[in-house]
Amino acid sequence: MTTTIHISSARIGSPFVAKLEQISGQNLLACYQCGKCSAGCPMAAHMDVLPNQIIRLAQLGMKEQLLAARSIWICVSCLTCNSRCPKEIKIAEIFEALRETVLRSGNRDDHLKIQELSPEARGALPPIAMISAMRKQTS
Amino acid sequence: MGNENKPMKLIYYPGCTLKNQARNFDVSTISSMAELDVEVEELERWNCCGTVHALGSDNIMNRVAPVTNLIRVKEANASEFMTSCAMCYNTLKRANIDVKKRADALETINEFLYQEETKYAGDVDVLHLLEYLRDRIGFDKLAEKVKKPLTGLRVACYYGCLLVRPKEVAFDDVENPMVMENLIRALGATPVPFPQKTECCGAYHTVDKPEIIAERTDKIMGSAHEEQADLVVVSCPLCAFNLDFRQEDARRLNPDFHHLPVLYFTQLMALAFGCDDTALRFDLHHIDPKPALVGRGLA
Repeated sequence: MTTTIHISSARIGSPFVAKLEQISGQNLLACYQCGKCSAGCPMAAHMDVLPNQIIRLAQLGMKEQLLAARSIWICVSCLTCNSRCPKEIKIAEIFEALRETVLRSGNRDDHLKIQELSPEARGALPPIAMISAMRKQTS
Repeated sequence: MGNENKPMKLIYYPGCTLKNQARNFDVSTISSMAELDVEVEELERWNCCGTVHALGSDNIMNRVAPVTNLIRVKEANASEFMTSCAMCYNTLKRANIDVKKRADALETINEFLYQEETKYAGDVDVLHLLEYLRDRIGFDKLAEKVKKPLTGLRVACYYGCLLVRPKEVAFDDVENPMVMENLIRALGATPVPFPQKTECCGAYHTVDKPEIIAERTDKIMGSAHEEQADLVVVSCPLCAFNLDFRQEDARRLNPDFHHLPVLYFTQLMALAFGCDDTALRFDLHHIDPKPALVGRGLA
């Protein structure tokens, strides 16, 4: 499959990129794509777009690809990437900013459907699991 | 340690899960601290810490729950408190660091909490129990209280994420912490090398993506088994749930998966201090720890 990506300076300087940087508190252009975040990520095997690729797409302002990536809901903020990044970029904060962008859109695009869990499953799960899952994945 | 005849008092924040699925963590914390002559006093009117620190710089709302607890500590006339849950520790400590750095965020939170009589001013310290044991009691002194040394017991110490990351909240080395190993040694047991000790268990994906937890559990518990550990100790009730209760899923993923019990470090303390079954609550485990302990002549 061939994917065509159109890059333009308009995207790089877009309000979307500015907002990502504001929510995450990170300078996206600090990343030089060494890949250490993806190398150590315990969730990488379950991701469609690796952490360093997420940062690259963010640098290029590729909003649609970023917000549709399964990866942003797979990252659990374990912070392994943050603690190892040679440029001290907080990659997990960028993932959070992407989740927040989806959850704040006003579309109630929640990524956890508590009502679909059986009462047995809900009863067995500790509060710590339910609350963290809801805080990270629902608006 | 002050007057030796008088027990020390310490404000204790248990957190939600220690009052539900992880009651074994709660009772073993209280019992083992009593053996160390520390009287833990449960914080009055505590509420959920929020469980995860919001990483968005502008998400002030998620700081309200942890800060409310810090206000309760002030109202208990204390300047510090202890929690044994790694997740509560991380969330409370990060919120505290954050509001200390950002006067504007703290002001917003205090304004939001206008009905509170006490305002928060960044004047409470958050301690994890492991940190308290190491720095306030000392493992040498703790070793003197051991009545039943855990001789021969091979233990893999699992830290997960929240005790060591980010650096600002870590009270030990980020990549190779040793505080739990040193505690285990003081109890007479043998810590094993454990390369997976700070690898994430998959956390809240246990709610709707159990296949991720199965893969993580297989890898983490498999590594402990390779090191010939009898059991794994943890400090987080979510890690405990995933690594213990998701072992059947790991077995389905990998037929060679070997079941291992998962205990809280406080349960090993209670065991070594000679506390009875009511302080251990092994009935709350999915994988029964007793056979592993019987195998070493400890139960």
